[in-house]
Amino acid sequence: MTTQPYVRVSDLSRSFDVSKPWLNRVIEGGEKQYLKAVDGVSFDIPKGETFALVGESGSGKSTVARMVVGLLPPSRGEVTIDGVSMTDRKAEAERQRLRRRIQMVFQDPYASLNPRWRVDRIVAEPIRAFKLVEGEADIRARVGELLTLVGLHPDDGVKYPHEFSGGQRQRVAIARALASEAEFLVCDEPTSALDVSVQAQILNLMRDLQDKFGLTYLFISHNLAVVRHMATRIGVMYLGRIVEISGGREMFTSPKHPYTRMLLDAVPDLAMSGQERAPVAGEIPNPINPPSGCTFNPRCPWANERCLAERPPLADGVACHAVHEGRLAVKNAA
Amino acid sequence: MTDTVLSVRDLRVEFHTRRGVLKAIDGVSFDIAKGEVLGVVGESGAGKSVTGSAVIGLIDPPGRIAGGEILLSGQRIDNLPPEQMRKVRGKRIGMIFQDPLTSLNPLYRISEQLIETITTHTDLSPSQARTRAIELLAEVGIPAPDRRIDSYPHEFSGGMRQRVVIALALCAEPELIIADEPTTALDVSVQAQIITLLKRLGREHGTAIMLVTHDMGVIAETADRVAVMYAGRVAEIGPVHDVVRNPLHPYAEGLMGAIPTLAGEEARLVQIPGSMPRLTRIPPGCAFNPRCGYRFGRCTVDRPDPLPWRGHKVACHLYDPASGPHFLGEGRTLAAAEKHEEATA
Repeated sequence: MTTQPYVRVSDLSRSFDVSKPWLNRVIEGGEKQYLKAVDGVSFDIPKGETFALVGESGSGKSTVARMVVGLLPPSRGEVTIDGVSMTDRKAEAERQRLRRRIQMVFQDPYASLNPRWRVDRIVAEPIRAFKLVEGEADIRARVGELLTLVGLHPDDGVKYPHEFSGGQRQRVAIARALASEAEFLVCDEPTSALDVSVQAQILNLMRDLQDKFGLTYLFISHNLAVVRHMATRIGVMYLGRIVEISGGREMFTSPKHPYTRMLLDAVPDLAMSGQERAPVAGEIPNPINPPSGCTFNPRCPWANERCLAERPPLADGVACHAVHEGRLAVKNAA
Repeated sequence: MTDTVLSVRDLRVEFHTRRGVLKAIDGVSFDIAKGEVLGVVGESGAGKSVTGSAVIGLIDPPGRIAGGEILLSGQRIDNLPPEQMRKVRGKRIGMIFQDPLTSLNPLYRISEQLIETITTHTDLSPSQARTRAIELLAEVGIPAPDRRIDSYPHEFSGGMRQRVVIALALCAEPELIIADEPTTALDVSVQAQIITLLKRLGREHGTAIMLVTHDMGVIAETADRVAVMYAGRVAEIGPVHDVVRNPLHPYAEGLMGAIPTLAGEEARLVQIPGSMPRLTRIPPGCAFNPRCGYRFGRCTVDRPDPLPWRGHKVACHLYDPASGPHFLGEGRTLAAAEKHEEATA
């Protein structure tokens, strides 16, 4: 088990039934329709590292996150965390023990905290649920400790979530995630709802906690600059598939896939202010009827007949015929 | 200055609530010239959107404009009767809001919405208006506009809808466009398209644009000048390159450092301690003083006014000669102030 990475996701897929109701299908005709939200996604996360998934709306990154923590059963494929399968029905008992060590931090700190509970009760819930600490006084001490850890005051525990700002609420959510002594945090857009100065506080906090406790993160974001700041490895998703996967720095210095290049070009960056950029063409197509072959082909300037017909496999960290055939040279900015 | 399109002078907006008077905007002044894009940045609650709403006269009770002047091409518009203001709005000032779906009526085809707006504000006949509407849709980059014009809003994607909203704002060829977070709801690749479009429109039509957003990257790409707002006041206003690269106000400096960049090293982000005060509890003196690393005695008592400084205007006592030893003379920067603080401490 030492050779196996902490988190292994292999060939993970999920489709949703988006058919019209049965009666409409009978009367109006029409087939069952499926939306492939995630299609054959594989990646590993070594312990103590941060793997980030980036992509635009509808690329399937949040669906992957929900399958990894077990909130959504996959249609195909497997998630293994610390050697325990999250998808195998037989491993239920082992999985129960594992659940404590996996926690999730959501995007909206306004929706993810119970507004009728005081903060100390919210943070203490995992401690009580997993019976990690016995005795009220000890639980209270532990909650105080956790709140201090995330930069709040132990006395803040008596307040309700509405008394906190967005950034402070996200700190509470992180304290709750840590309360169960979690090792693996799945963070779905943890800072998207926050202002930049608060975002900086939360990102710094997350990195400090990682250094302190050796946490492993799966970090979902649409913001490339945030991902660059956090991740050791990055996967770029487009229409449910990973189109490029590479080390954090490499992704930004020498992007391979045309979509990655396009994304990097599109980000308004402070350093590039005033510079004219190549206009980006098109939008993400409808995932119910994805284009044949490589799903990026309608927007890709390098697409040829093979790209229209054949889906490129993920090889050498990139799924693109043009790169594989050497038609598209790998840019090297460094 | 004959080519000043919008001039806001010492604007104050108050909201009367049960908990007291909230000063959402407290003495804001700025100008926007013809063809210029002024970016307004700040965090939630800084008053950027309220400033935009005040300019178009859409402050609803309990809010009211408590003082100051708003001039559109030299004419005062803040005290116009509602009926006249309605004519200014749409004809002389166009608006683009964050969520394109809520700014379009879902029950009407976009052709009806565009033609209605055009015939209201111009002398064109309905058929001429339709031709004009198709031209506008083509201009904002909607493919096959002659067919798409009869679609309903829900038949467009988010980016395309925002283009329709921009076309709607352009109908009467306004002198000023107020864009409130126009790209926040959009994906990055679409966002870049909309930014390019806004820039081009400003350039080609000479329209002045007030771009309100919390995204510094968008401002850096689009704006000519930028106003950084904090707790209802302008902390710093100046040319966008200067403010991004060499922010003078300590808040602007912290804000720039807090933004993760693609080129940046993996070092820690600059972190401004604390958060913006609630509008009911703005501290005396400079509103930023509890979070400011350069604070000295005067900051907690005396409220700084924006003073000109090397082409910027900065509301900070560090740039006021009256601050004595704390005054950052010519050629001294915030880093120098830090050293000074350490030496005196």
